[in-house]
Amino acid sequence: MTPLSYLLAAQAEVPEVIDRIPSGFSYFVIPFTVGVAFMFCWLGVGLIRLLADIPKEDRIKFGKSLFIPKVALKNIKELFCDCLFHVKIWQRKPLLGYMHSAIAFGWFMIIILGHIEVALFVPARLNVTRGGLFYPIFYRYFVWMNPGHTTLRGSFFFFLMDFFLLYILSGIALAIFKRFRSIVLGMRHTTKPSFADRVALYSLWMIFPLRLLAESFTADLSGGSFLTIPVNQFWHFLFGDKLWFMPCWWAYSICLGLFFAAMPFSRYMHILTEVLWILLRNAGVKPNHPRKGVAEAEIYACSSCGLCLDACPMNVQKKNLKYSSVYFIRFLRRHNEKKINAIADKCLMCDKCHALCPVGVDAPALRRAQRATVNNTMPYNYAYLDASGSVQPSEPGRVHSRFAAAENGLSPESAPADSTQPCHANPGVLYFAGCMTHLTPRIIKSVEKVFKAAGVEYAFADREGGICCGRPLMLAGRTDAAAKVIEANKQMIEASGCKTLVLSCPICYKIFKEEYHLEGINVVHYTQFINELIAAGRLDVKKTDEKIVYHDPCELGRGCGVYLEPRAALSQVGTLVKASKEYDESICCGGSLGSLTLDTHDRAKISQASLQALLSGNPETIVTACPLCLKTFSEAVSRGENLEQHVKVKDFAEAICP
Amino acid sequence: MVDFGFGLVPSSRINLDLFDKGKYEELAALEPDVRICMACGSCTAVCTAGKFEPTSLREAIEDIKNARADKALQMLEPCQLCGKCSMVCPRGINTRHLILSINKIYSEK
Ligand code: SF4
Ligand code: SF4
Ligand code: SF4
Ligand code: SF4
Repeated sequence: MTPLSYLLAAQAEVPEVIDRIPSGFSYFVIPFTVGVAFMFCWLGVGLIRLLADIPKEDRIKFGKSLFIPKVALKNIKELFCDCLFHVKIWQRKPLLGYMHSAIAFGWFMIIILGHIEVALFVPARLNVTRGGLFYPIFYRYFVWMNPGHTTLRGSFFFFLMDFFLLYILSGIALAIFKRFRSIVLGMRHTTKPSFADRVALYSLWMIFPLRLLAESFTADLSGGSFLTIPVNQFWHFLFGDKLWFMPCWWAYSICLGLFFAAMPFSRYMHILTEVLWILLRNAGVKPNHPRKGVAEAEIYACSSCGLCLDACPMNVQKKNLKYSSVYFIRFLRRHNEKKINAIADKCLMCDKCHALCPVGVDAPALRRAQRATVNNTMPYNYAYLDASGSVQPSEPGRVHSRFAAAENGLSPESAPADSTQPCHANPGVLYFAGCMTHLTPRIIKSVEKVFKAAGVEYAFADREGGICCGRPLMLAGRTDAAAKVIEANKQMIEASGCKTLVLSCPICYKIFKEEYHLEGINVVHYTQFINELIAAGRLDVKKTDEKIVYHDPCELGRGCGVYLEPRAALSQVGTLVKASKEYDESICCGGSLGSLTLDTHDRAKISQASLQALLSGNPETIVTACPLCLKTFSEAVSRGENLEQHVKVKDFAEAICP
Repeated sequence: MVDFGFGLVPSSRINLDLFDKGKYEELAALEPDVRICMACGSCTAVCTAGKFEPTSLREAIEDIKNARADKALQMLEPCQLCGKCSMVCPRGINTRHLILSINKIYSEK
């Protein structure tokens, strides 16, 4: 370590660095300067357009958020962790994380250090009119080290510059390797680069080796360290005194220029856009269009890293790779309307790509917005829902059962099984089964059994069938129609006077939690509710040695973050075994309502992949907490394709109260 | 009583001269499943909206084949896209997409 006092004392009389070229200019800087200037102009215009597309309130909200200390701290943390260190990639694929952070952080440091060097040794050159744009980048070309006057401070910078150059070169080597052998870095699929991507990619590969060449050729003039000096001596050994440094600096500058000129049209745009996206995201402004405003920052923040390719359950079949989020985003950028719609409609909305995306791009939400551009204007006629205000069945014999609970107030349907057990712990419980649960009545049966066993007093909102929760409409992009359905359900629930709303379908649960805004009503999924009953000792469960694997339904796990409660409850009745993909990596059962166009054959393939992941720990029973998963898995298991072992498929409530 | 979508309609006259083959092919290109419906009525039996208003995918498909696309559209207007029909369809028809596609093709004037 260099002592600080020594560093300070090093301010010698004789200049350590001499500005070798008085004009501070050489023709070779032109390609770089043009490229970079073009990029800045392009970005400036883009930024203004983007901000203009954001609604005014959101713009104000965004502006204010930058000055809220809490948000600012979060911004700084995320800028470092996500943009420079790529922590999220490290966590999943360490080698890939190293590659990304080596290039990003290494390059960032070289730029910063270059500027510091100029600021310390030739401060006048920081001025834009005196070459400030290119001088710090080509610093080593323009200066001459005064031999015998190199201070420790100078050597320290030489060392750092070489160190970070080596660091980047190691990242580049991995990147080149990854292009050809992606599996080594833990990726089965990588993205196909577009033309601009290729230009940027190849120039990026060339930039740093050329920098090493250029700097090593000038190392005996302008100094160097453990990397550049030995290479310089090697050149002397090879070529004698005839050193080719002009061609190298030219090539280096051309590659930089090409890279920056191609950048706005390539995946590398994300390097800069990610900054804006993080700021917008943390300000809490949401995209309201699949491509304009906030969404534009979001789609240009995608680095085309391709992590969503392996994440996507559709990709068990290679032919579906083209429907992945990374391509969706690419076509959004290119305004290719036809392809955008086809991709938007295919997705299962399982949210896995969003959960695993290192940049936090919410592609499923963009897909929903895209579907809305097509489907939201379709006609619908929900006049029958408006009749709800009067709570009058439209014709005799047709029971508007969804209003039954509201009409009668909360009439308890089951008396407490054990009258010594007080039930005011759960005052006013309303159970809403939902459409899907009505097609799998075994769930209703078990839930009622559990309620009875625990002595829960409850009302059944839709015993004879109600209306839809609105989530399927929402997923199809029919936002306005969904709002109608939501309003009708909301009235019914508020009129019931319940305090707790229990849902057995994760699809319902998600939309009730996010869109209903039910004041004073605790909305819970039955896994949470039953887990609480067990924890409070109200429900007696028997532990068996049945080996159970729990499947995380998309809407419940990734959708609502409920992972632990079902597991806690299930571990009371059996032995939980692990699935090879679980929690936020769980694979969609294939039955999702999210996809509009996926056919039965493709869905069956997904179910199979999902089953295989679940069966990796040799369980006897698969337990799920979603009526759709239950039906899908039951069918897949009974088809029995590629299943060696025989497994049962049970609903969560069935598993708790057999 | 659950309305299964069967029954006598006041006038059952069908004028196939009016059948728009071009549009039907467009629909079938968008959602080929329309061709494999066997008119079993399962979709109608479970229909969520059908509890309140006459809603029937079975009838809508028949209406289209019988050159009554206007009736088909009306028949699907109350639909909530809940997906129950797709869960019960014995032919594995992607009913939700079919409903959306019918709307897309036939509501264009
Ligand atoms: S969407 Fe996210 S995971 Fe997919 S390529 Fe873009 S940055 Fe990577
Ligand atoms: S939401 Fe799921 S199905 Fe859709 S693209 Fe993402 S990972 Fe694939
Ligand atoms: S999706 Fe529409 S037609 Fe099908 S069951 Fe639901 S409401 Fe009825
Ligand atoms: S359930 Fe399927 S096959 Fe039967 S009528 Fe409906 S769409 Fe046709």
